[in-house]
Amino acid sequence: MSNFAAKGAWVEIHSKVLPAGERAPQVPQDTQRVPLVMRAKGFLLQAAQVGDDVEIETCAGRHLSGTLVIINPPYTHTFGPPIDELITIGNEVRAILRERSQSQ
Amino acid sequence: MSRYQHIMAQKEEIVKASVGLDYAHYTTGLLAFDYEKLLADTGYDVTTAADIQRQTAVGNTPLVELKNITELVRATAAPGNGARIFIKDEAANPSGSFKDRRASLSIHEAKKRGYSGVAAATSGNYGAAVASQAAKAGLRCIIVQEAFDSQNIAQPEIAEKTRACEAYGAEVIRLSVGPELFYVFLKVLKDTGYFNASLYTPYSIIGIETLGFELAQQVKELCGRFPDAVITTHAGGGNVTGTARGLRKAGAVDTQMIAASVDLSGLHMASDHDFNRKSFTTGHTGFSMPFSTWPDRADVPRNAARALRYMDRFVTVTQGEVFYITQVLAELEGLQRGPAGNTSLAAAFAIAREMNEDHIVVVQETEYTGAGKHPLAQLNLAKKLGIEISRGDPKDNKPGVRIVIPRAPSQIAVTDVDLPGVRRSYLRHALEHLPSDTTLGAIDLQFLADETRTDLKFVEESIDELHRTAG
Repeated sequence: MSNFAAKGAWVEIHSKVLPAGERAPQVPQDTQRVPLVMRAKGFLLQAAQVGDDVEIETCAGRHLSGTLVIINPPYTHTFGPPIDELITIGNEVRAILRERSQSQ
Repeated sequence: MSRYQHIMAQKEEIVKASVGLDYAHYTTGLLAFDYEKLLADTGYDVTTAADIQRQTAVGNTPLVELKNITELVRATAAPGNGARIFIKDEAANPSGSFKDRRASLSIHEAKKRGYSGVAAATSGNYGAAVASQAAKAGLRCIIVQEAFDSQNIAQPEIAEKTRACEAYGAEVIRLSVGPELFYVFLKVLKDTGYFNASLYTPYSIIGIETLGFELAQQVKELCGRFPDAVITTHAGGGNVTGTARGLRKAGAVDTQMIAASVDLSGLHMASDHDFNRKSFTTGHTGFSMPFSTWPDRADVPRNAARALRYMDRFVTVTQGEVFYITQVLAELEGLQRGPAGNTSLAAAFAIAREMNEDHIVVVQETEYTGAGKHPLAQLNLAKKLGIEISRGDPKDNKPGVRIVIPRAPSQIAVTDVDLPGVRRSYLRHALEHLPSDTTLGAIDLQFLADETRTDLKFVEESIDELHRTAG
């Protein structure tokens, strides 16, 4: 896949909102040690390549800046494979109901 | 002053401009405020809310009797026990959850007042609801989510909510883990001048009243009487508050209101490490405990969701029990729903077993299911992060370490939360918020009794006890 995106391309940017060490005082240690980062999507305002500092126009019409990280970012969330611990439950409870209806 | 502190210092003025409500106007004591007047002054009630919701096909959802699950309860109950279980199929709302009810009045109000857009801080279904309602109203929309950890691993359920919000044309700001989401949200409100479609305004709560009202009427029509118990998945308190208020307005004053949460004890809600080890994004004790014991920790000065005023009982269930019942709902009732409503369904399964078979218990919501928003997605992520998954005794479930799927339906049980303890914890928080060198007057004491759904005697004795232990 090309690393170059034309002006107007739908992209995702990344930016650091708060650096590690400047987090809110109430956050636990493990969170204090990492920065607060933001990811947002929009239309690229000038041609660029992945890794460049760019500006985008979001769906709400705002202009945001950050590092170009993905061109045409995909949705990758899924279900994954079936889980052994769930797959037999249906048969188990149907058997309980069958037994109940036979005994009544 | 850090960037964070600079914006947080402007919190009050930003919030005031973005919700158009002067909360200070309702203050009646040091801690007390006129809760009912705050809600009444919106000009909306359960009838006008329903009229507005009809315009966008929100509400009027089916009430479904879960006859096979009821049979399964009876198979594990003492003879004569096993209440009839009904479920309010809120997945039938336009964006797939009861949150459309919650968003509808905010968007109506934003449009009426001439705001050009709306914004909400939410990683859940509420974002999709706000985005859907905004799309219909022709308003721009920004949703701010806590979405991924420092390893850039997205919580799958929130990834699906990102997709849904974007499908409705919203701008979605996705953040890594941390409560500074609120800081980013305030910056968004300041930059845009948008309406804050907070989950915790009076608009949001009145919008839920229609759910309780409808279900009371539906049960009455079907069964000739009001339900004996309604079980609500409990997180920030809005669902419990709005549903209970709606039930009362329909006349169902004797219906028991039971709040149910997934037990996530041991996991820290602001921890980057724990974020993806929760396997649940809402309806869990990480929200319900802090919000029950002190509701005014929200993005508005006075939270209109005040669950402790309405709960008759508060129970928890385990992660494994909710995954189990989700599978049962699909395979015995042909309903792929959840996760959220299935927390109360797991509780209903155990509670119906304690009740007489003439009794009626209602699970008051379902939500749409999809990629990421499913037990398979959560359990596959849990496995990847080294969490053990097994069949066994739900008592061995340990959040973040081990998810135990029950071996049999008879093992599903609820754990009662000590409500007097929650009430005392609320009072402890109240004392912490009391300005120094002040003492509580009659108005404040009565307010605390209303807040904790107790009486002056309980409040005064608990406060004395807290002073003694602190002293």
